Amino acid sequence: MNIVVCVKQVPDTATERKLRSDDKTLDRDAVDGVVNELDEYAVEEALRLKEAHGGEVTVLTMGPAKATETIRKALAMGADKAVHLSDDALHGSDALSTSYAMAQALKKIGFDLVILGSESTDARTGVLAAMLAERLGTPQLTLARKVEVNGSAIAIERITDYGFDKVEATLPAVVSVVEKINEPRYPSFKGIMAAKKKPVETLGIADASVDGSAVGLAAAYSEVAEFAAAPPRAAGTVVKDEGDGGVKAADFLASKKFI
Amino acid sequence: MSEILVLVEHVDGEVKKVTLELLTLARTLGEASAVWAGPGYSEAAKAKLAEYGADKVYVADSDEIVNYVVAPKAELLAKLVGDKSPAAVLVAATTEGKEVAGRLAVKTDSGVITDAVGLGEGFVADQSIFGGGVNVRSRVTKGTPIVAVRPNSTAPVAAAGAGAEEKVEVAPSDAARAAKIVERVKEEKGARPELTEAAIVVSGGRGVGSAENFAIIEKLADSIGAAVGASRAATDAKWYPHQFQVGQTGKTVSPQLYIAAGISGAIQHRAGMQTSKTIIVINKDPEAPIFEIADFGVVGDLFQVVPQLTEEIEKRK
Repeated sequence: MNIVVCVKQVPDTATERKLRSDDKTLDRDAVDGVVNELDEYAVEEALRLKEAHGGEVTVLTMGPAKATETIRKALAMGADKAVHLSDDALHGSDALSTSYAMAQALKKIGFDLVILGSESTDARTGVLAAMLAERLGTPQLTLARKVEVNGSAIAIERITDYGFDKVEATLPAVVSVVEKINEPRYPSFKGIMAAKKKPVETLGIADASVDGSAVGLAAAYSEVAEFAAAPPRAAGTVVKDEGDGGVKAADFLASKKFI
Repeated sequence: MSEILVLVEHVDGEVKKVTLELLTLARTLGEASAVWAGPGYSEAAKAKLAEYGADKVYVADSDEIVNYVVAPKAELLAKLVGDKSPAAVLVAATTEGKEVAGRLAVKTDSGVITDAVGLGEGFVADQSIFGGGVNVRSRVTKGTPIVAVRPNSTAPVAAAGAGAEEKVEVAPSDAARAAKIVERVKEEKGARPELTEAAIVVSGGRGVGSAENFAIIEKLADSIGAAVGASRAATDAKWYPHQFQVGQTGKTVSPQLYIAAGISGAIQHRAGMQTSKTIIVINKDPEAPIFEIADFGVVGDLFQVVPQLTEEIEKRK
């Protein structure tokens, strides 16, 4: 089975994240990049499926040169090779353009199964997997907490408000996974060393047949009109419990008419 | 005034509160048209939508629409966008709502904004990003604006609309029938409201200490009609099921009132609850960062404070 797992480098959420004042995009230079947390579950799921069914795991990332660090992490976990879609023209791409460029790259790579994390910790739109399924014309098997493959049949448990749906489809398909679908492995020393020798192919937009006028900030379908650091919340009242903390909290609730 | 489509969220034939919020919002910007997708439609449902301002109600109530993952709903909305040329499409910013919005955006070559917490003139959307650290106002610049609005972004206000019903015949395409839902499994959640939609949420974290101890969090929640949430520390420890995790990699909530007990307030958690209108914190560590965003905080042992608060609420009912 040919599995492509999409990973994204995101700013470490423990650091302060900012928008650039010039083009209102995320300032990626100012912060440390890490693998988007939910993507680690996607990599783990891809590796488990490969271990069970055979095949190959290819990592696909779109991002600036420094996103290579993220690729190395996924390779160190055990993926076989990587494709890095990287081009200055892609800077500032929104979800629509990103899904277009990623879909083009996926068509070039070829796949039986595409696996993603269900959302990124930076943009948090949660739409990419659905957009890829739409663009690729493949089944959308998103928000999976369990994935089972049997020949060309694939079944997932999709998280819903009321519990979960059992969903069935036929490969090729696009899957997104939620946290706790598995326990992502830590790269071993051997894995880290081996990752250095694994092939990483860099694709520019022309290599992936991506139309340059359809990506990047200029092609965005929405614009940030303005932004500002959120004003700090007005300082609240903090009391020390002296045996009446619950009563005081109830008084506060009553003053706000919650009770 | 131009028409604004609102995709109705419903469960067991009942219109969900977030839809009433979206209709309220749509009315301030144009004429609200509700779009009902899937079975369960009734005169009562139509009356509810009209009560909150729906001038039109488009009804596509075949089972087919909900028997496949997301795609048929996006096709239905795309057809209506083509036929009715609305000024905008609003959906609830639930995980599924956002997926519908994403597919619709691709189909109609339109911009999409997710997780709006407010929407104003010219469909300029307010968003809170980076774990609540930055406020952004953005607008769609191509196609029909598609906006996913977070539950509890506005209070639902009744104002009668005409409620003119129009049946829409759609059969999902083969592509939209590729991911078939073969079974829906309902997990017991009792009488509590749904986490992402609840007006009040009570969450417990590391300080709760065990699965059994979550009973005191649940009791407080039940005393005030709240949903129960949990921090990642609590779900990682398997004290509470993962689907109730509030935070960056879990659910995002934006209730009127959020009560955090035994939660320190790492960015992982704050990113999922920082837009709550009022925040109450109970934690024994006065240095816990969660106090920085508290409207009211009690430094104390949650095992003393939470039961006392529950008792006080019961007493004052």
